[in-house]
Amino acid sequence: MSLTVFGILRIRNLFAVVMLGSIFSLMAAAIFVILDAVDVAFTEASVGAGISTVLALGTIALTTDREKKPSHTKILPLIVVILTGAALIYGTLDLAHYGDPNAPAHRHVAPSYLKEGPEKTGIPNVVTSVLASYRGYDTLGEVTVIFTAGVGVILLLGNWRHIGRRREDEDA
Amino acid sequence: MHSYLVLRVVAKLLMPFIMLFGLYVQFHGDFGPGGGFQAGVIFAAGFILYALIFGLKDAGKVLPRGILRFGIALGVLLFAGVGVYDMLVGGKYLDYSVMAQDPVHGQHLGILLVELGVGITVTSVMVMVFFTFARHRQTKGDD
Repeated sequence: MSLTVFGILRIRNLFAVVMLGSIFSLMAAAIFVILDAVDVAFTEASVGAGISTVLALGTIALTTDREKKPSHTKILPLIVVILTGAALIYGTLDLAHYGDPNAPAHRHVAPSYLKEGPEKTGIPNVVTSVLASYRGYDTLGEVTVIFTAGVGVILLLGNWRHIGRRREDEDA
Repeated sequence: MHSYLVLRVVAKLLMPFIMLFGLYVQFHGDFGPGGGFQAGVIFAAGFILYALIFGLKDAGKVLPRGILRFGIALGVLLFAGVGVYDMLVGGKYLDYSVMAQDPVHGQHLGILLVELGVGITVTSVMVMVFFTFARHRQTKGDD
């Protein structure tokens, strides 16, 4: 995975970068499977490695497949990245160990979801019951985000030009 | 695009299976991995494959733009509508337990409808974005 990241950093051909990003997503999906998060792996493989790649390729077809050389110095971004990375690594020191049963995430609402979820919703897949029932509001928000993205693309790239052309015809 | 015989035959063979797998992921999400988001993306991938091989014109006949625009809004409305319906029959917003006599049955129905809404919106948006990109490029090429 780190190799693909360095590849993405070095290569200026955006087609290769998109392909490396897809490979990265696929490997991330494999890691999720190893961590027993099958639902997340499924999403990562279909959305990250599949649709995102297709849409990125569509964008490249619309624009250009060469990345421009940056016109400013690289020192300031480098400092920002190093500071942020250091802060993130410092943050991981407070994280619970992997698989620790006493971690806060496993002690708050998770036990009740796991115990009651299948009984209350009649749905064996806990992920689905949490996603759609316990966290219904969040999922509604996510769908609204996708809806907004679709509307945005239609507004920006939808063929308003044809409407303008038609108007010109009517004027003439 | 019309000379790739192998691609056309293979795509035609694959299409029903992609759609069937999408339906399986959509409605089997209660029991195994999957759900509206994943199923929507699989459906969209199927339609995009069709558009890539048979051209935008034929794909537009299968899924006209009006239906796609309708679907984008329909999915969100279905999701939000389930919540409003729950309020109308006396529950809280998005509290599916009141949708049927039995709370467990109500939860099941609610989750099924909500996932369907997610699937419809995700499919429509993904296919719409791809079609819009592709059509934009075509019109750009004409000028």
